[in-house]
Amino acid sequence: MSRAILSVQNARRLFDVSKPWLERRLSGEGRRYVHAVEEISLDILAGETLGLVGESGSGKSTLGRMTVGLLAPTAGHIAFEGGEVAEAARAGRLQMIFQDPFASLNPRWKVVDIVGEPLLARGGGGDVKQRVAELLTLVGLSPVDGEKYPHEFSGGQRQRIAIARAIAGEPDFIVADEPTSALDVSVQAQILNLLRDLQRRLGLTMLFITHNLAVIRHMADRVGVMYLGRLVEIAPTRELFAAPRHPYTRMLIEAIPDPHAPKRDRAPISGEIPSPIDPPPGCAFHPRCPLAFDRCRRELPKLIGGVACHAVDEVEPRTASPGG
Amino acid sequence: MNRLRRILGSDLLWSFTRSPGAMIAATVAFGLCLCALFAPLIAPQNPFDLASLDLMDARDPPVWLSGGDHRFLLGSDSQGRDILSAIFFGARISIGVSLASVALALVIGVSLGLVAGYFGGRVEAIVMRAADVQLTFPAILTALLINGAARAVLGPGRVAGSEFWVLVISIGLSFWVQYARTVRASTLVERHKDYVAAARLIGASAPRIMFTHVLPNVLGPVLVIATINLALAIITEATLSFLGVGLPPSQPSLGTLVRTGNDYLMSGEWWIVFFPGVALAALALSVNIIGDWLRDALNPRLR
Repeated sequence: MSRAILSVQNARRLFDVSKPWLERRLSGEGRRYVHAVEEISLDILAGETLGLVGESGSGKSTLGRMTVGLLAPTAGHIAFEGGEVAEAARAGRLQMIFQDPFASLNPRWKVVDIVGEPLLARGGGGDVKQRVAELLTLVGLSPVDGEKYPHEFSGGQRQRIAIARAIAGEPDFIVADEPTSALDVSVQAQILNLLRDLQRRLGLTMLFITHNLAVIRHMADRVGVMYLGRLVEIAPTRELFAAPRHPYTRMLIEAIPDPHAPKRDRAPISGEIPSPIDPPPGCAFHPRCPLAFDRCRRELPKLIGGVACHAVDEVEPRTASPGG
Repeated sequence: MNRLRRILGSDLLWSFTRSPGAMIAATVAFGLCLCALFAPLIAPQNPFDLASLDLMDARDPPVWLSGGDHRFLLGSDSQGRDILSAIFFGARISIGVSLASVALALVIGVSLGLVAGYFGGRVEAIVMRAADVQLTFPAILTALLINGAARAVLGPGRVAGSEFWVLVISIGLSFWVQYARTVRASTLVERHKDYVAAARLIGASAPRIMFTHVLPNVLGPVLVIATINLALAIITEATLSFLGVGLPPSQPSLGTLVRTGNDYLMSGEWWIVFFPGVALAALALSVNIIGDWLRDALNPRLR
């Protein structure tokens, strides 16, 4: 097993969503916080792709932004090769690919300046133009595209530009935050293959965030499943898809359409994700869980052996086939 | 070459050639600016050169009226000054004051708006409350206040000669609020976009992000406001000069000309006030029309 390049220890992140001071005084209300990420610990190993899945609002993007230092954890610690994340970010070792390629490229800048900025920021000097041309070729664009502005490109091409910018500074670790969910289905595969190809070629470590299980299966070596700010299960991809243990993971996998058995009876995911402002007591998943019992409503399950579930702990239904 | 072709092929030019109002206004404004710029070369007389003035020529009517003198196309004033030349030189000063004061307001307002929008929190609260307070006073009152304060600080002796800059500062300081509010609002939107996050990720400093990333994206509406404010600044300068706290008669702006001419209106020498007034109105109106057209042309929702 290779070493951990990035290690997250008991990271928490709250967002203050309180009303203004005066209104709070008048209504006698306290401060309110969104618990975006709660007590997450995980290691990302050098060279691997760790997938992170979960519904909207499960805190996966917040965790991703914390790992590159864009957000500071409210509590806990995130270390990159034993040092501070902010330090590594300044040295250009961490990069991120964002969800919306229409917002992540400055519309007033030429592509050559966008892709070249990380090079200049590191005092690259040398021939930035030459290097940008190489990068553009590497991501499947033409070197002459450098003189254009972002609005002259399609969504898929823009995401290629964003990828070129991300790898320009030769980072060790890249967070890809839903890099294909804003794209047409027809170009999603191209972008995913480009990312996978670059990752292998450059030996990158990647945190790949998505809500799309088919994508994660294609991309990730290991998968972490998040629910309401907590990591509920983490396992190697093949294992997770073959034998999901947490009831939430099982529900997610159940919901994947199966072209071989289109009429199969599937248990749909029921209920909504609860509010992260007032998470339910005990296990956050218990209101929707088919296996929930008394202990789940009282006691928060810990992540033991890659899964955080009292039901799994007590009966270990590891061999039970998904959906029974 | 490439850039020239882009300008010629732009939507803006297309929209310009299709709005006759904007074209007429641009012609008038451009013509007046040229007259102002080349006043020393094209004016029939230098109104500042006292030696060239002759009291015998005082209060001549325009050339087409009986008693008109061919040397004074639009007549002369009580000092024997040619009105047309005075208008050229007055427009020079009026345009100079308004350009400089709008530039000052622009620099102050844009910087404060960027800082307030980007940093938020206490900085934002202080800047924006100051802006709100200033907004409750009419711009002309603020300008009068600053003007009075500057005169009190400088003392009557030293004001002479620095009226130009006193005016620029008082008008500039009374106009910054609009820029600050506009820029802050746009900055609040822009700073949450991912290109700002990407810049932060590579360790770009806050000033660098504000001025190279955010600023170009918030400048569009600011330029429109600046154009409209240019007209307002011309009017404000004229008002201040008319009230006697602007430029002195020895260094007349269009407003000063209107003020001095105003005294002769009742005695029948209407041309002394009429022609500078027309020039002032034409200048302010044409700049305003250009500003309005620019606002519509740059608004994607109106296309």
